[in-house]
Amino acid sequence: MSAPAASIGRPRAGVADSLGTWARNNAWTLGLLGFLVVLLLFTKYVNHNYSLVSLANTATAVVPLALAAVAQAVVVISGGIDLSISSQMALTSCVAATMMAAYPGEVTAVAIVIGVLMLGMVLGAVNGALVVMTRVPDIIVTLATYFVWAGFALLVRAAPGGSAAKWLKDLVVGSLGIDVVPKAAVVLVVIVAVIWIPLSRSRLGLSLYAVGSNRLAAFRSGVAVNRTKFMSYVITGLLAAFAGLSLTASTGIGTPVPEPTYVLISIGAVVLGGVSLAGGTGGVFGPLVAVVVLQLIRDDMTFMQVDSNYGLVAQGFILIGVLMAGSLIQMRRSRA
Amino acid sequence: MTLTATDLLLEATDVSKTYGAVVALHHASLSVRPGEVHALMGANGAGKSTLVKILTGAVSPDTGRIVVRGRERISHSPADARRNGLVSVYQEPAVIPDLDIRDNLRLTATPVEPFRHWLSELGLEKLNLSSLARRLPLASLRIIDLARALALQPDVLLLDEITAALPANLTERVLQAVQQQGADRSVIFISHRLIEIAAVCDRATVLRNGETVGVVEVTAGSEDKIVDLMLGEGAAALGEHAPSGTSTVDRSAQVPRVSARALSDGRRLRDATFDLYAGEVLGVVALEGQGQDELFGLLSGAARPAAGTLQVDGRAVTWRHPADAIRNGIVFIAADRAEALLMQRSVRENIALPSSARITHWGWINLRREGQKVDQAVATLQIDARAGSEVRRLSGGNQQKVTIARWVASGVKTMLCFDPTRGIDIGTKNQIYVLLRDLAAAGTAILLYTSELKEIQLACDRVVVIFGGQVVAEMAAAGADEAALLRAAHNLKPGAALPEEVVAASAGEKTAVEGAIGEAPAAPAPQP
Repeated sequence: MSAPAASIGRPRAGVADSLGTWARNNAWTLGLLGFLVVLLLFTKYVNHNYSLVSLANTATAVVPLALAAVAQAVVVISGGIDLSISSQMALTSCVAATMMAAYPGEVTAVAIVIGVLMLGMVLGAVNGALVVMTRVPDIIVTLATYFVWAGFALLVRAAPGGSAAKWLKDLVVGSLGIDVVPKAAVVLVVIVAVIWIPLSRSRLGLSLYAVGSNRLAAFRSGVAVNRTKFMSYVITGLLAAFAGLSLTASTGIGTPVPEPTYVLISIGAVVLGGVSLAGGTGGVFGPLVAVVVLQLIRDDMTFMQVDSNYGLVAQGFILIGVLMAGSLIQMRRSRA
Repeated sequence: MTLTATDLLLEATDVSKTYGAVVALHHASLSVRPGEVHALMGANGAGKSTLVKILTGAVSPDTGRIVVRGRERISHSPADARRNGLVSVYQEPAVIPDLDIRDNLRLTATPVEPFRHWLSELGLEKLNLSSLARRLPLASLRIIDLARALALQPDVLLLDEITAALPANLTERVLQAVQQQGADRSVIFISHRLIEIAAVCDRATVLRNGETVGVVEVTAGSEDKIVDLMLGEGAAALGEHAPSGTSTVDRSAQVPRVSARALSDGRRLRDATFDLYAGEVLGVVALEGQGQDELFGLLSGAARPAAGTLQVDGRAVTWRHPADAIRNGIVFIAADRAEALLMQRSVRENIALPSSARITHWGWINLRREGQKVDQAVATLQIDARAGSEVRRLSGGNQQKVTIARWVASGVKTMLCFDPTRGIDIGTKNQIYVLLRDLAAAGTAILLYTSELKEIQLACDRVVVIFGGQVVAEMAAAGADEAALLRAAHNLKPGAALPEEVVAASAGEKTAVEGAIGEAPAAPAPQP
């Protein structure tokens, strides 16, 4: 994170030195990028029509999942986990679509979007408060709230429906100027950059890593451990609300039934993206790349007309294989 | 001591803390003058760590007053203590492993330049601040933690076993830095090494059973006074107990059951060398964290040694798994019964488990044969098995007997007992001593680590003392009264020279640590 600043205090250290340190600290993400390149080449090999435009389409398709993965990454970095992300998405998406149908108007939609983002933070705050105050394990708390939020979503609307403001849909549909720059991906990058970059440079961001890495050492270093855990869930809730809004924007409606695969794939992407489930390591760039990797694998299977059931099996094995290779490399490095 | 309270930098009075029925601190007090290095001493369980936790805000006292620079201040968290001018450095460094050093400094709002100054004072000037903490050796992390605390310029710096397992050259620098604190700042220094106390401390406060029993001006020869205070008046009387362990083993005539030579785990344990013979109980005595946990881990197959050799019945062995040790007839009995027992299952199942659960016993369990074995073991050990249907309903003492009984039933020849009587009532304790003696008389070899020094004379034939990861003394149980053991455990030999061998042993680490401190040269940068 602070790698670019590495040479400031050490004028003798060259650029090569700090680049080397950066490469070492981000080896996993670099490896994953390499894997993505190989995967793209493979995709081009099996599908000669695959082009930059197809890649742009892939990028558009993964936006809700990518936001879910970033949301999951924040809480996992601080040593927790959130199983309720997909139902947070369903609830925020339903609220947004229902409100926009009830109170049409492009300007009111702005207020609705802001309200829905605040709702996401409230959902996260409830998760965080329960985890911190009850000391019930986070996996249990968020499994329970998964059902609670899903129930609320069905109360908001019993069947898919509602509508989305035009500007909201325009935000994620189509491309920016040229075909190869999809709007949705730009919006994704802007959201993540606006939330993550200031966060990772703040004391709160540092505390997230500290608490996830070693709770006792963080406590002894003067970090407010409980407040940090609470805030990690609030930020996750905010990002989940963005993910829910992106669902509404891309489909134009709200769907009350949460898509359970979002939780599992978000966790898979987080781990594949170099965030340890034990907490304390990684960032959000890796999980973003991992989401694209997982989507490409699925696209390739579809194109190669692999039976979708076999496709699921293959995806699972690829995930395990990549993770095993990664941990083997890390084990050998730490021994050397 | 004509100083009034306002002249003191820190004054804690009447501090009490109870955990349930256990009194950890009972009206303890501590007063630190400006500019002094003040030692806090006490045997295991004397209340040292509780007092440290209260001063640093990790726990709140039940009663008591803490005054820092004339103002009453009770800290409610380490962050709070920091604001009150109290910073501590622990044996386990409070450095976040997944952050680089620069971010670790940011986390504690430590200014970088003073930190660098102290780093070079402490001999770590080559450190690269962008290296991840987890890639640095433990010794460097300790130094970093200390330099960070020094850079914050706290009123009171609390050092908890900072020199433990540090190489000699670094230890020297640390002690120098401790003494360099200005006339305005003080250090509270906790160490098991009396030699260091004598070298750097001005005064020492001694705790015993949660009470402050004395404040000693540290001068040449005050070590014995400190040890006497730690022991209390009862110490001399206890030595008169006739040892029940009488060695009938002719050790020269036989091959040792277990023979350890220069065993090391690469970290805490440096050089454990001793022999354990069939038919004897060999005691192990050590202060906390001297490598005894690691020694038992190596002997029981839970970890692999970094160096040294281990022989069983004269054959060299290497173990990958506790099952290998068990196959060689060596079993580990832990202090924590919950680690060893299936709490919801019956006494019978628990006792039969090791002999029935082997993979080679695939298939039906011969219940009748199992029953005979179990009944025999229950009878031998006088286990009160009335509540036998679930082990968790038994008393702690009876539970511990079950953990021993299961190995008696499966005919084990060597037992490694790690503080087996911890938290057990006195009556059952005595039964366990008798049991261990009986087992030894029947030819079992028993290694017994205990944190209660008087157990040595009650149960053992011989005793070895570990200090700084090394066996530093061996004596017959008859001569091992509490005073002698405590002196040996602090590596204090009456009339002997300073414990140079410990310092010398640490020096071996010097090159390894220095090599790693600057961090290996960065990986080759990608060529543009």
